Amino acid sequence: MSDEQQKDSGPKDPWARFRSATRARIGLGRAGDGMPTTALLEFQLAHARARDAVHSAADFDRLAEDLAPLQTLRVHSAAPDRLTYLRRPDLGRQLDVASVERLASHPAAGGDWDLLFVIADGLSAAAVQVNAAPLVHACHERLFGWRIGPVVLAEQARVALGDGVAAALGARLLVLLVGERPGLSAAESLGAYLTWDAKPGRADSERNCISNIHADGLPIGAAADKLCWLANEAARLKLTGVSLKEDAPSLPGPGNDSKKQTPDLIENA
Amino acid sequence: MAVYWRDLGRQRHRFDDLKTVMACASPRRSGDELAGIAADSDERRVAARMVLADLPLKAFLNETLIPYETDEVTRLIVDRHDSVAFRPVAHMTVGQFRDWLLSYQADTATLSALAPGLTPEMVAAASKLMRNIDLVGVAAKCSVVTRFRTTVGLPGRLSSRLQPNHPTDDPAGIAASTLDGLLYGVGDAVIGINPATDNVPACIKLLEMLDAVRTRFDIPVQSCVLAHVTTSIQAIERGAPVDLVFQSIAGTEKANRGFGVSLSLLAEAQEAAKSLKRGTIGDNVMYFETGQGSALSADAHFGVDQQTVETRAYAVARAFDPFLVNTVVGFIGPEYLFDAKQITRAGLEDHFCAKLMGVPMGCDVCYTNHAEADQDDMDVLMTMLATAGVNFIIAVPGADDVMLNYQSLSYHDVLGLRHLLKRPPAPEFEAWLDKAGWLDEQRRLPPWPDHSLVVQALLGSAAA
Repeated sequence: MSDEQQKDSGPKDPWARFRSATRARIGLGRAGDGMPTTALLEFQLAHARARDAVHSAADFDRLAEDLAPLQTLRVHSAAPDRLTYLRRPDLGRQLDVASVERLASHPAAGGDWDLLFVIADGLSAAAVQVNAAPLVHACHERLFGWRIGPVVLAEQARVALGDGVAAALGARLLVLLVGERPGLSAAESLGAYLTWDAKPGRADSERNCISNIHADGLPIGAAADKLCWLANEAARLKLTGVSLKEDAPSLPGPGNDSKKQTPDLIENA
Repeated sequence: MAVYWRDLGRQRHRFDDLKTVMACASPRRSGDELAGIAADSDERRVAARMVLADLPLKAFLNETLIPYETDEVTRLIVDRHDSVAFRPVAHMTVGQFRDWLLSYQADTATLSALAPGLTPEMVAAASKLMRNIDLVGVAAKCSVVTRFRTTVGLPGRLSSRLQPNHPTDDPAGIAASTLDGLLYGVGDAVIGINPATDNVPACIKLLEMLDAVRTRFDIPVQSCVLAHVTTSIQAIERGAPVDLVFQSIAGTEKANRGFGVSLSLLAEAQEAAKSLKRGTIGDNVMYFETGQGSALSADAHFGVDQQTVETRAYAVARAFDPFLVNTVVGFIGPEYLFDAKQITRAGLEDHFCAKLMGVPMGCDVCYTNHAEADQDDMDVLMTMLATAGVNFIIAVPGADDVMLNYQSLSYHDVLGLRHLLKRPPAPEFEAWLDKAGWLDEQRRLPPWPDHSLVVQALLGSAAA
């Protein structure tokens, strides 16, 4: 077969038609057995961004501005810094002493709220910075007649930290937004966890989760629709968790591949 | 229950029981610190190792770390212990056992015969007295060979799992990653997908797709959809082409319950898969994944250090003659293995311990983005493991798993190791590559140009 014929028989990049089907790094080419320079540097850039997302601090002042005119309230977990946060998941699930006192004496405490938003930095400051405020605004627009408390901004926080906040302020439904563990192709992914009658000790099976909220995953509008549908169902059934089924196809729960199985991964992913 | 101590200078290091000795003897590890069982000083860590070195191996038969009465994994370990196989080392202390493992006397045949006589705790104890290079050297003497359509674990070979994951199980996306991997000659251990959706129809769809790829190109490989074992059993009942049945397992009954499995359920799955008789050269039908930290994260470690609990999972694995087992070492997160040093050490421990017990160990050489590790660190671990004779390693396109959001090895890495260390894939798969005309005169798999017949044959057929 001549070069001319070959050119006619196939596209220039034989992977072109596959690339629209997956974001996987297919067809990178080879430098001997190694990765070509361009592919290597693209990988390093993606990893650098993912690590920056984990280690940079969320700018909660800016987030509060983005959330205006909604009222906000700041709390901190018992993990004083990022290093402790990564090593001690237990501390990231608890409020520090000052936050407990602040919540107890806050005018919003015992407010008989229908719903409370808590925004936790989790494992991606970028996710929270970019996606949290638009999602909260979008939900507010969709939840007519709901008594919604001030938005609580939680630093060095994991999912279960919201339980203590909701219990302290008195909220029937907790919606906790958290920065998810960044992957190379998604460093700004936000997760939303809904917990009915949240209080310390709630199990993951008592929550509903919406994952992968970001521009290239589940966009804000669709995420808000889904979240508000779940919120209405939770209020109707007075529960969240495994008994509150989405009509969407079921996603993996505990009992699947170990690569998604541990409670901390459920929390992070 | 015995109390153990060691005097070092003016300091008496006291350990209340055997599991405390084991925990304190472990290299520093974030998971043991999280569990509150790690040694609180470097000196105490060495003191515990000194206690361990003088301890008779038999002590582990007399003092169980997790009670026999309440844990079926302990019962499995005790009831299946082969005291005849154990006899050659029955008189040794843990320290003597370590030295003996390193000696020329402990050759491949001797170690294979010994395996049924070793309990996880004995093996874990020996590993705590070893340096990384010791873990490599002894593991390299072990040989655990398994068969289905390919033969994995033969000396001088390196097999790989092709992992074509996709966040929504999109068939075209999975096919793209699969074909990409085949062009690197990856996948002789298994083409294995972590499904995004764990339900029976979705898994059957993926199984049928993988089987179609295999039969279209007549590749001697086996496929697996890594769904829960109960999903796979149902898929078998509905006539799906199930080669290998997958399950995550751990080292205690309670942790396994957290995974939704028991020993009897695993036995049922093994029987179901064997009944299909799909293996052409062997009937090892199970595929297990393990990983340090899984028991602690399920609050099911009972104060036993994470490396020892992990080793107990290998007793579960070996009861079912698996085709493949791999540790997901860096996946479980920095709260269990904080950085590259801890991940590297754990990967080598897991491989050593499993091989010594007669388990066909592979490894997902990997890390998450919140761990202190990067691809350079994976290069070190993969090279050490390949040198140690690891049964297989896992690879994804460009080292980036777009579904599970972590980094493993790239297809490139598998080829690089094979060529560097002169370790070809499984013989059946190598013969297929040869027959397809993919190997050069030095039996390497060169980078075929995009418009070559090799590439066009694979990608063109896929479009047909």
